[in-house]
Amino acid sequence: MSTLYAFLLVAATVVMLVGLARKAKQYRKTPAPLKIPVTPAPKTTGGVVIRLAKEVVLFASLFRSNKWTWLFGWMFHVSLALVFLRHLRYVIDPEGMLGFLWPLVSLEVVQSFGKYAGITMVIGLLGLFGRRLFVARVRYISAPSDYLMLLLIMFIGFSGLTMSFISHIDIVQMKSFMLGILNFDLVDLPEGSTILIHLGLVALLGFILPVSKLLHIPGVFYAPTRNQVDNPREKRHIVEWAKKLDETRKDYPELRG
Amino acid sequence: MADYEVPELKEYAVVPLPEDDTMKGLKPFVAKPDFQEALGYPGKKDETKENTYLLVDGWHDKAIDKMGDLLNRYRGFRVFMDSCVKCGACTDKCHYFLGTKDAKNMPVARQDLLRSVYRRYFTFAGKFFPKLVGARDLTEDVVEEWYSYFHQCSECRRCSVFCPYGIDTAEVTMAAREILAHIGRGTKYSNEIIGKVFTIGNNLGLPEKALANVLEGLEEDVEYDIEVEVKFPLDKKGADILLVTPSADFFAEPHIDGLIGYAKVFHATNTSWTLSTMASEAANFGLFIGSYENMQRISMRIRQAAEDLGVKRIVYGECGHAWRVGYSFLNTLAGPFDFLDQNYPIPQHICEFTLDKLEKGELNIDKSRNDDMTLTFHDSCNVARASGMGDKPGGQFTIPRAVIKHVCNNYVDMEKDTIHDATFCCGGGGGLLTDDLMEIRVKGILPRATALKNVTEEYGVTHMAAICAICKSQFTKVLPYYGFTMDQIVSVHQLVSNAIILEGQVDPED
Ligand code: SF4
Ligand code: SF4
Repeated sequence: MSTLYAFLLVAATVVMLVGLARKAKQYRKTPAPLKIPVTPAPKTTGGVVIRLAKEVVLFASLFRSNKWTWLFGWMFHVSLALVFLRHLRYVIDPEGMLGFLWPLVSLEVVQSFGKYAGITMVIGLLGLFGRRLFVARVRYISAPSDYLMLLLIMFIGFSGLTMSFISHIDIVQMKSFMLGILNFDLVDLPEGSTILIHLGLVALLGFILPVSKLLHIPGVFYAPTRNQVDNPREKRHIVEWAKKLDETRKDYPELRG
Repeated sequence: MADYEVPELKEYAVVPLPEDDTMKGLKPFVAKPDFQEALGYPGKKDETKENTYLLVDGWHDKAIDKMGDLLNRYRGFRVFMDSCVKCGACTDKCHYFLGTKDAKNMPVARQDLLRSVYRRYFTFAGKFFPKLVGARDLTEDVVEEWYSYFHQCSECRRCSVFCPYGIDTAEVTMAAREILAHIGRGTKYSNEIIGKVFTIGNNLGLPEKALANVLEGLEEDVEYDIEVEVKFPLDKKGADILLVTPSADFFAEPHIDGLIGYAKVFHATNTSWTLSTMASEAANFGLFIGSYENMQRISMRIRQAAEDLGVKRIVYGECGHAWRVGYSFLNTLAGPFDFLDQNYPIPQHICEFTLDKLEKGELNIDKSRNDDMTLTFHDSCNVARASGMGDKPGGQFTIPRAVIKHVCNNYVDMEKDTIHDATFCCGGGGGLLTDDLMEIRVKGILPRATALKNVTEEYGVTHMAAICAICKSQFTKVLPYYGFTMDQIVSVHQLVSNAIILEGQVDPED
């Protein structure tokens, strides 16, 4: 069982990272032939960085458009970030290669808030799920996968919370298991079925991520509507395929001479 | 007057519950094969029926190939197809949904009409689990649904402002229209107009002679009115400024009063300027149909005219989408413009030009001449969300307002969530300004009409100014359905024209 799970986790991680990297590369390689920032837009690269940061950290546009969705969505994502940081303690050996991250991971906020963030994360997800079910407009646009995705993450949360608050597992053993994977020296998983569910679902999420709408993760950085500098009059923007058209554009019959 | 219900104006825009298919089947006329071919698209006539056009042979694969081609050429389209999380934030932001209640007019639902096909043919999940992720095969019904609902979007980008991922339904609509055009489903309205621009030089198909006559008539009218010889030069070589303006400015109301305003500003500041026959049209419907190639071909006329006439600067008249193409794309499509004077923005908006003169005190203005009006200003979507003015972000909001306030005493803004980048479309943009789409135009104007009514009642607003030819045409035609009158819509430069006093001006006794 432990070997199977080790394999699953490694495979999911690889699929997720490779999948995301390939998508990001595809986005980067696809040209954006025209300047289409939604204006008013920043006139400098620095301004664009701020604009994107506001979107990624604060969900600024969502805040403007819908306070409830923002509340639940933001709560979920921030909690997820804290929970993720907290989980790093399982894969970081203070003495090991990633040890330099240890001070961050062992921060009081991360460890104590991180524990309760699991709860706010699930509340956020429940809120989003409720909107999907009860707001007719959102229900209309939801496909089965949209519900399932929320459920998947919710169950990851439930199983995790169960281990944190109800039936504890041997976390020292857990850490040895994870470090074992990293050091190519397999150790057994701790006892209990909750951990199997938890890790199984996490692996599933990893597999799904690069082929699902979770592609909003790279997508948010690549939207030309948000990441372009608004300087079309000052600087000519031109991509390769458009340059080719430039060569023949004088030949139109309506342009004499 | 219509066989559909005109929505009722309420105090506040109400978000309706989505309904199925209230606008199903509303479609613009299809372009004839001749007009398709003139623009580089295929077309096929149904030999058995009059005025009926079929999808071209092999349409299914051609559509999918085109989609693949666009996915590889447009990053925006590619990213937007993937990154929607169906959060629903955009669902209540589209004026067409608010006015029609049709669920497919919610921006994300509109995107999904295309995204469902994208997923089926281009993604792992859609290939193997179509039901799960809402993917579907491309069928003739789907094509007709596209043709209908992608012509119920004015490409106004309001939804994009509110989307956490910046997903721009306008880009999706443009891609859909480009795909449709490639399988024989271009629209009569846009494609015929583009054809006229190529053959005659402007959307209205106004030939050189007629244009010269119109301008001469205008000179006479103005002279008759104020006894000043204000010139409207055409094809004047060596002029400093080439003015490119929408052809509606040559005779539609209230557009033409705007044109008179530009001419008076040029006259008062001793600016040498000219119009051009070749570029007697600022509008660029290539944008609406999502075609880079056509947009470039239309833009090249302006470059050519500027070169032929030897001008130093290019100034754009009041037109929303033209300003988008001018501000955001002209340099890309027809640049670089190193033969023009680099001390001025290329191109420059007439509002930028006029405000500069107003601020420098070069115009003799009597504001009280507009005292019979209380004004508000409609931010046109393409100006507000797809371009800029001046050198600061948001200049597109402050500059036209500053012009108005320089020439009018009474000005009030409409509600905050209906102006600036949250502005509501007039309902007729994006290639929908045609009688065959009247129903969507009447319903789509609802949020704007609501906001206008509110300032009318609360602050006694009498007139709404705009800087877009399409907005002005749509408003004058459709606002009367809601109890407003045509003459409540004015051009910004009409207000300038009213307030300006030229040297030697003699006003008629009244
Ligand atoms: S706001 Fe953006 S992400 Fe949310 S449903 Fe609309 S298009 Fe999709
Ligand atoms: S671009 Fe405008 S018209 Fe089109 S879906 Fe978005 S809000 Fe509606």
